[in-house]
Amino acid sequence: MNFEQTDDRRMLTDSLSRLLTDACDAKTRNVTAYAAPFHSPDLWSKLADLGVFHALADPAQGGFGGTGFDITTIFQALGKALCPEPVLPTLMAARLLTHAGADLGPLLSGAVHYAVAVGELDSWSLDEIETTARNGTLTGRKSVVYGGAVAEKILVVARDGAELSLFEIAPADAEVIPYAMIDGGGAAEVFLDATPAQLLRKNAGAAVQDALDAAALALSAEALGAMDVTRDTVVDYLKQRRQFGRPIGNNQALQHRAVELMTEIEQVRSIVILAASRMGTDSQSRTVSMCKHLSGRVARRVAEEAIQMHGGIAMTWEAPVSHYAKRLVMIDSQFGDTDYHIKRVMEGLQAT
Amino acid sequence: MDLRFSLAEEAFRAEVRAFMADSLCPETAAKVRERRTLTKHDMEAYHAALNERGWLAPSWPAAYGGAGWTPVQKHIFDEEAARASAPRLVPFGIAMLAPVLFRFGTQAQRDHYLPRILDGTDWWCQGYSEPGAGSDLAGLNTRAVRDGDEYIVNGQKTWTTLGQHADWIFCLLRTKPDGKPQEGISFLLIDMKTPGVELRPIRLIEGGYEVNEIFLTDVRVPASNLVGEENMGWTVAKYLLTHERNNIAGVGFSIAAFESLLAYARMPRRSGRRLIDDMLFAARLARIEVDLEAMKITNLRLVVAGETSGAPGVESSILKIKGVEIRQALNDLSRRALGPAAAPFPSEDLDGNAALVPPEQAANAGEYFNNRKMSIYGGSNEIQKNILAKGMLGL
Repeated sequence: MNFEQTDDRRMLTDSLSRLLTDACDAKTRNVTAYAAPFHSPDLWSKLADLGVFHALADPAQGGFGGTGFDITTIFQALGKALCPEPVLPTLMAARLLTHAGADLGPLLSGAVHYAVAVGELDSWSLDEIETTARNGTLTGRKSVVYGGAVAEKILVVARDGAELSLFEIAPADAEVIPYAMIDGGGAAEVFLDATPAQLLRKNAGAAVQDALDAAALALSAEALGAMDVTRDTVVDYLKQRRQFGRPIGNNQALQHRAVELMTEIEQVRSIVILAASRMGTDSQSRTVSMCKHLSGRVARRVAEEAIQMHGGIAMTWEAPVSHYAKRLVMIDSQFGDTDYHIKRVMEGLQAT
Repeated sequence: MDLRFSLAEEAFRAEVRAFMADSLCPETAAKVRERRTLTKHDMEAYHAALNERGWLAPSWPAAYGGAGWTPVQKHIFDEEAARASAPRLVPFGIAMLAPVLFRFGTQAQRDHYLPRILDGTDWWCQGYSEPGAGSDLAGLNTRAVRDGDEYIVNGQKTWTTLGQHADWIFCLLRTKPDGKPQEGISFLLIDMKTPGVELRPIRLIEGGYEVNEIFLTDVRVPASNLVGEENMGWTVAKYLLTHERNNIAGVGFSIAAFESLLAYARMPRRSGRRLIDDMLFAARLARIEVDLEAMKITNLRLVVAGETSGAPGVESSILKIKGVEIRQALNDLSRRALGPAAAPFPSEDLDGNAALVPPEQAANAGEYFNNRKMSIYGGSNEIQKNILAKGMLGL
């Protein structure tokens, strides 16, 4: 039993954190995060050079990682910096292309940006996908496709007879409407109307679920990184801000609330470790759902408390804590919220 | 990162499991499962079985009968003991007084008291809290006045757990009435049979009897029963409190409570439907399961950290707070799971055919009330938050 990071992962994390401190400071980040194409080619190529994308892929596919702990290490670092680059769709694409036996070279080098179109207008569930494949074309609408604004290739999950299949399309063949998200970063609506598509894999349900699990784990780790920063920010503020002639952190009511945040964040750290360790096992999906549920629950609490304890200043665009709070709340809207994931946990209890 | 136990640790787990299968009295285990009151003999028999195996006081130095377990082994033992419905070890002699004697006691005190703890000759209880000194323990007021080779003790102790079985009590007493409260306290061992020691039971909220008041009137105690130096008792007390934090999360007990509740919720009811198929109940239980799964890892993280750092630090307050929250949430849901059948006061009249629920569930309401104590004793959850605010957040 050992809860230490390996030397390789620690070195990668340190390098990545240094890179993001330099290239993704709060001001730079907010420019990239809210202006099309919501992406910095310079930062992207540095991430590629550092080996971030390789760390997300299996050695058999030319990567040097791909385990649960590789994912959580990288996304915690991205979360600390609120990095808006489309690394999440890159992770999902790496999983899907691996399952499809496709070439990962252009993804690993960073030369090709991928987006992954799974969810539709009002549901995260694979059961409610309506986009349909017919004669080598796709018809339907994919919503909130992360990274869709810069993608050269979009992987699309569509209903194909009784099964789900995985396709690849060129954005130019579809109508792609890019936009910023409220917490920064880019997504797109993708309208498909007899759009030509290349089949990558039939019977793709399990492969897609694996990519969704990896995404939920990554988002939980990203939230954990952002929560660690937010907690430190809150505690510093409690020490600095003076009212009634003393630091507001002298008030026991605020001390206890700060402690509760710390306690819950440690619980999230634990469930992220557990879920990372279960990747590739039979309990992968259920444990990831536990993880996404708890991280979502705690993230919202941390965000709301951070705003409350900062007082008015946290209501401003200028204060970095407001952007952390937004990201922490909105992660819940990505790939299943706390209610969606607790239902998946409940199914395990209800099984006979 | 590697969450697997080593082969040696798994082998140790198998040993503990075999021990529990062979040596834990089945009637005692059934009582624990059904949350019925254990007799003094039940607890002594379990201690004796552990002592025979050399496992009663694993963290003691080997020369005194310790087993040399790592923190992970201790954790595995706790897990397996809870899984087997073993009684909780009575901690006062083994886990509380003994570490104090190793650190502060004289050789003569160690040689006299420690073997008697192991073989069950002496049952110890704790004389810390007083009616006016709970969270603010340093405000204690029971006086010990030196008179030749003796101290004369006057005052009152309270919340003395299982004092009704005890032969001896270790006490924090005031030996210096002026100056800083922390600087006038001494740690003294008192024979319960001494004239002037009077014990009165306190009946608890659910009706059970486990704690007592102890009245001390002109009790004469040999000065040789002082542990450490006079007026240095607060140092001893603080040292002891760090040992009270062992297994503080009680994760094994929460796992057992969760599994018992899940099994009950999966049983078909008269209608043929199962409670677990009620979405609201299932959501509540799933939420607790998630917190508990995280807690298992939080606990292990601190256990493993303890392998390198030795004593548990302030982080263990996290375990106390969260561990208790989870346990109390399970108690609450277990009580509510019974619906109308939660209401009866446990009674032998309701055994057998008259039973409303399976015997393992009959005490759910009582345990819910009894376990409200958990967020109060051992440093209330509010005190734990004060400790963390200062020790970890620097507030």
